[in-house]
Amino acid sequence: MTGTITKDGSEIPLLEAEKLTKIFGTLKACDGIDLKIGAGEIHALLGENGAGKSTLVKMLFGALQPTSGDIAWKGERFTVTSPAMGRSLGIGMVFQHFSLFDALTAAENIALSLDEKSPLDTIAARAREIGQTYGLPVDPDALVGDLSVGERQRIEIIRCLLQNPDLIILDEPTSVLTPQEADLLFVTLERLRSEGKSILYISHRLEEVRRLCDRATVLRHGKVVGQCDPRTQTAASLARMMVGNDIHVIERLPAEWTDRIPLIEVNGLSQRPRGPFSVALHDISLSITGGEILGIAGVAGNGQGELFEAISGEVLQERPQVVRIRGTDAGRIGISARRTLGAAFVPEERLGHGAVPDMSLTNNLLLSRHSTDRKMFLTGGVLKLVSESSLASAAKRIVVQMDVRKSAENPDASALSGGNLQKFLIGRELDRNPSVIVVNQPTWGVDAGAAALIRQALVDLARSGSAVIVISQDLDELFEISDRIAAMVHGRLSESVPIEAMTMERVGLMMGGADATAGAA
Amino acid sequence: MMRIEIVKRPQHSVLFSALSPFIALFLTLIAGAILFSVLGKNPISALYSYFIEPLTEVWSIHELLVKAAPLILIAVGLSVCFLSNNWNIGAEGQFIAGGIAGSILPVVFPDFQGWYVLPIMLLLGMAGGMAYATIPAFLKVRFNTNEILTSLMLVYVAQLFLDWLVRGPWRNPQGYNFPETVQFSDSAILPAIWPDSGRAHWGFALAIIAAVVVWFMLSRTLNGFEIKVLGRSSRAGRFAGFSAGRLTFFAFLVSGALAGLAGIAEVSGAVGQLRTSISPGYGFTAIIVAFLGRLNPLGIIAAGLVLALSYLGGEAAQISLGISEKSARIFQGIILFFVLASDSLIYYRIRIVSRLSETALKGA
Repeated sequence: MTGTITKDGSEIPLLEAEKLTKIFGTLKACDGIDLKIGAGEIHALLGENGAGKSTLVKMLFGALQPTSGDIAWKGERFTVTSPAMGRSLGIGMVFQHFSLFDALTAAENIALSLDEKSPLDTIAARAREIGQTYGLPVDPDALVGDLSVGERQRIEIIRCLLQNPDLIILDEPTSVLTPQEADLLFVTLERLRSEGKSILYISHRLEEVRRLCDRATVLRHGKVVGQCDPRTQTAASLARMMVGNDIHVIERLPAEWTDRIPLIEVNGLSQRPRGPFSVALHDISLSITGGEILGIAGVAGNGQGELFEAISGEVLQERPQVVRIRGTDAGRIGISARRTLGAAFVPEERLGHGAVPDMSLTNNLLLSRHSTDRKMFLTGGVLKLVSESSLASAAKRIVVQMDVRKSAENPDASALSGGNLQKFLIGRELDRNPSVIVVNQPTWGVDAGAAALIRQALVDLARSGSAVIVISQDLDELFEISDRIAAMVHGRLSESVPIEAMTMERVGLMMGGADATAGAA
Repeated sequence: MMRIEIVKRPQHSVLFSALSPFIALFLTLIAGAILFSVLGKNPISALYSYFIEPLTEVWSIHELLVKAAPLILIAVGLSVCFLSNNWNIGAEGQFIAGGIAGSILPVVFPDFQGWYVLPIMLLLGMAGGMAYATIPAFLKVRFNTNEILTSLMLVYVAQLFLDWLVRGPWRNPQGYNFPETVQFSDSAILPAIWPDSGRAHWGFALAIIAAVVVWFMLSRTLNGFEIKVLGRSSRAGRFAGFSAGRLTFFAFLVSGALAGLAGIAEVSGAVGQLRTSISPGYGFTAIIVAFLGRLNPLGIIAAGLVLALSYLGGEAAQISLGISEKSARIFQGIILFFVLASDSLIYYRIRIVSRLSETALKGA
């Protein structure tokens, strides 16, 4: 199937948006966006966090109403008032966060989303058929709770394909997949394209966009700043379009091994799950010397959060020697005492874990520093009076150091954008020159400029002699800054592999649970 | 089909946050006026005798301070609990426990006299309230029991225990079988501040001191910071290295001590003996005081005076209007309702969703 040809020979696009604008309060989330998607093309929608991608897509799908502008579908103007209407037109969407019930089978989950009622057997048969046709193997009778993230995504895609859509919108589909699973997904998408289906592919992973997509529309601050054929671009030129200027390239001098005394060690850490949504940890060991960055890769939910809490001391271990910080057994002491030994921690969740949302920056500075910097921030002896003035000057120093942009002198943490708050929280720890720092998802949801600054700061800290652990789902990030990479899967940590010997393929296998120790150091 | 949703406001108005207690009081007056009209009374004169008349005479201002003292003491302790997310609803029980423990000396050892009797009584009162508050704290920390239920149920235990004590072992043998203990000796009586003009006792001064000390602790010290952090986000509190269990004990002990102090101050300063009932619900009314005072100890001083006025107004209304003094409870309930409602509406707005936009939201 190709696009319909009009009498004068020009092609009518499958979907055409003209001057789409969406205003939330004073914020123009989308500002006069033009978008054309042809039949049988994979169209990339690129942009940083907050560029307006999600808002745009929600308007196309009918989940949001545009403030102004028009949407034409197969040449006819439409007002898409609801997702149900979007679906009936032939627009399907696969969300980044799945909406599946763990306690139901794949087929039952699919049945729930269908507008018409069909018997479960029929649905299971159709799901199996579609799965075979498009290379999306899934057992319709399996409980979703038992399936991997990749398999759950397949159910979402099958659910979408059952509606027989002409346009499929995929929101960051590879962010939860291993490289191997992503390759399988690309095969499916190419197959769909060959059948004349169109795909709107939202991603910030430039390499895969270059490999897969026919055209790309780049958004920045709610406006279209470029349209191009990504195959003729380089990742750097695409990134420049997204960010508006050149991205800082991380400078990484080779590590100098002054001493090889480990600053942080984990020895045989095992832990039972602490609740219904918690992952058990099995026999995790690691050891990092000063000057080194260990990257821990893994798909979300494989025990990274549990590992972080075990190392930080938010959860204590049964034996003291399980966690050792600078040669001291620390398994039975809490987070404050571990900080006093020279360790620092930055959790994944910024609001509500690393910071209290409705507390000011100075209060949030005190949050993680009250025990290590008692002399600076607390006066009055046993009364422990909070010294607002020294907190304010320390906060100011961090704000300058990390280039934190804020609207008020001492705003609440929740008033900062994700990137700026993360810069502050990393700066809060770097400000005291920790010997050990453990960071979980350092640049999750952070714009490219802030991400580069954060990564550089971590590299600089390591090169000044500290031990750094970075837990991240972003493989590009890990390859950029790590000296060694290990992977977490099902609560186990693989052997770490030196960065020189590491490849995308190998880390993918490790994330999938394949034994990658062969040849590892 | 319509559906009503409560949606968080992106920003809340600072002006209305400050005005909220006053808006609540104003709405309470309007609701009261309506209530009086329905009862067939002239609302203006009813409100006058309820809220103005008690303030026109010196002796009744003394009564106001007598009633405000326990309310402020208890509510200051409760503010520590509520700010740290510990929902102590059992201050009434801790008040009674304090009253009983503090009365051990004058009731069991009436011959033991001297200047030191009163300080020991006050300390015993605090200890009694603390011990009683430890029970729900322990149950919460050890067994994750809901402290609202346990602390509330312990109120009834304390009330019945006091009743049994006063009718049984502690009854005054020379008291013509009235369920009362002996009258306390002079050295066991908390003296009046200005004995010439009325009976306001030093319990009120203790309340002001407690409010200022707790205010200082909350606003200036690391301990106060810990309370606020753990109250807002237990996970961030754990990250900060603060222990939620330790703070639960601390909050219950502080509020138990202050409720116990209020109990013995009431018994020794206002009553002079133990009776089967020593509180017209101070421990529950203090919850309203705490919220009306915005959980700020200095605000609680003002709120305590307002709620004390409602007790006096209830008595005045019974005399001059023939309305039951229980109408004070109604006023107190109305105040709490409006305080919570205005606070909620500052942070949330109500949205009515029609069927059409509801389907639009489904896929989002």
